[in-house]
Amino acid sequence: MSAVSTKTSKPTKTPRIDNIRNRNLAIKWWTPYMFIIPAILIVLLMVIYPLVFGVRLSLTNMNLRNFLNPKIIGLDNYIEIFTDPEFYITFGRTILWTFANVSMHVVIGLWLATLINRKLMGKSLIRVLLILPWAMPEYIAVLTWFGLFNYQYGAINILLRAIGLSALPWLSNPNFLFSAAIITNVWLGFPFMMMVSLGGLQSIPTELYEAADIDGASSWQKFKNITLPMLKPVLVPAATLGAVWTFNKLNVIYILAKNSSDSRVHILVTKVYRAGFDYYRYGYAAAFSVVIFLILALFASSFIKAMKGTEEVY
Amino acid sequence: MLRDKFERNDKPVKIVLIYLALITMCLITVYPALNMLTIALRPGNALFQSNLKIIPDNATLANFETAIFKRNLLLWMRNSLLVSFLTGIIGVIFATSAGYAFSRYKFFGAKVTLTLFLLTQIFPAPMLLLPTYILLAKLKLLNNFLGLIIPYAATAVPFCVWTLKGYFDTIPRSLEESAYIDGANVLTTFFKIILPLSKPALAIAALFSFMTAWNEYIISRIIITKPQLATLPLGLVNMQTAFNTEWGVYSASALLTSIPAMILFVSLSKYLVSGLTVGSVKG
Repeated sequence: MSAVSTKTSKPTKTPRIDNIRNRNLAIKWWTPYMFIIPAILIVLLMVIYPLVFGVRLSLTNMNLRNFLNPKIIGLDNYIEIFTDPEFYITFGRTILWTFANVSMHVVIGLWLATLINRKLMGKSLIRVLLILPWAMPEYIAVLTWFGLFNYQYGAINILLRAIGLSALPWLSNPNFLFSAAIITNVWLGFPFMMMVSLGGLQSIPTELYEAADIDGASSWQKFKNITLPMLKPVLVPAATLGAVWTFNKLNVIYILAKNSSDSRVHILVTKVYRAGFDYYRYGYAAAFSVVIFLILALFASSFIKAMKGTEEVY
Repeated sequence: MLRDKFERNDKPVKIVLIYLALITMCLITVYPALNMLTIALRPGNALFQSNLKIIPDNATLANFETAIFKRNLLLWMRNSLLVSFLTGIIGVIFATSAGYAFSRYKFFGAKVTLTLFLLTQIFPAPMLLLPTYILLAKLKLLNNFLGLIIPYAATAVPFCVWTLKGYFDTIPRSLEESAYIDGANVLTTFFKIILPLSKPALAIAALFSFMTAWNEYIISRIIITKPQLATLPLGLVNMQTAFNTEWGVYSASALLTSIPAMILFVSLSKYLVSGLTVGSVKG
């Protein structure tokens, strides 16, 4: 994401060769805009307008009853959010959720990528099997895990009983439900990190390892001093993106906890979704969304800054 | 020679350990799909079993038959196909023309717009859901397939623009220049020269948009409430989380839904990550 810069390219005054060519070929200044207008319009309509509208909505008391004539109530929604102690608990749970998931994604993904990045019989088949969780439609994967976690007939409890442990109440106890959600989401997410790491590993020049071999470096030294630093430009943006995705991941917890009324499994986004679409408190949900957005923006920008800082050390 | 199939520095013990680890992980990734198959093949009187056999005793295809002929699977599939197909078409048309402009022209605002497209991938979905819902309600697009197609296309377009721009960048400009010299105008060049050369990239963009729509649950759950308009995700989630779930029928339906999607995805996976890795590694 460090590639994202907000600098505008100023139209150059000195005629470049490209510009002369374009003019000669009778391409008008508006030609490129004709090409991009449809894409811009749909993105503006569906992303930018809702963003602005959401901020306005957060200052009203809109709900199902006064859907057509909501009143402006200023910052009341925000005050309600920040004075509710549950907000801080949910926030903490969301951080735990994000951290647990992303660290497992990166560790498992990187580990599998280093295993598979060598000559190996049946490598392409193994790679296809390993990315299946990413390929399966997410809601179907979550529903399948919902079945696997079933107390009596689910495969996981059958397995636990078979090795002499007792079955666990995965779907009824909030702590176990939360762990079940993490297991499901780790399963869903590590193939992406594996593919990203694999792409990065393949572009590391082999000479580096050969030179390290001559110097008598151990595998761990090679991993720490060559692989990790060389993968950083790939892994850091992927992990940041992964953290944002995980922070915003609605499907997993929402579907797993669909039949549970216990609020102790929810993360911020599933709470908003419930407030908005199960309890129809639109204004409140919009304010909550703005808070989430600000938290994310703060996270993403400080993370990028911190990574840039360490980059200069290398 | 067997020796040639492995890395020369790897000792046999290491190779065995690597295989053990990889096979264990493969079992973990494949098992949920196998579990669906097992449940789908179970006869109706043996739905609840406490063993881990993959192919159950008295395996039967009755659940598939029930799913296709007695439940609404075909209706949901038709709805999903319609929505996904239109999303694919709109996504690819919008993204192709925009990607072409970003690849070929220097114009005021180009960089900002491209960055904006990238940023849309980071916005939290729940923040957009509620205003989108109210916007679509005001446009009278609730319980209307257009109410699904427009947000889906908007979700898919930014990624497709980036992919297609990258592809167009690899086509040499001299092809168009010689066409211009022969008197072709911008549109003729675009349709007659660039598009035929870009078929593989167009296919990827179309399939990506298609899959965005095919796999989406959260938006369809709030836009569509009429049962006859339900798409596959809606139908399947309701079927599974109902209190008296028909597990066998659900699993058969889920398999029929996910197998084509999984095949498509696996064949596309190489291209989906290339955008992230190409250029970001300094070799």
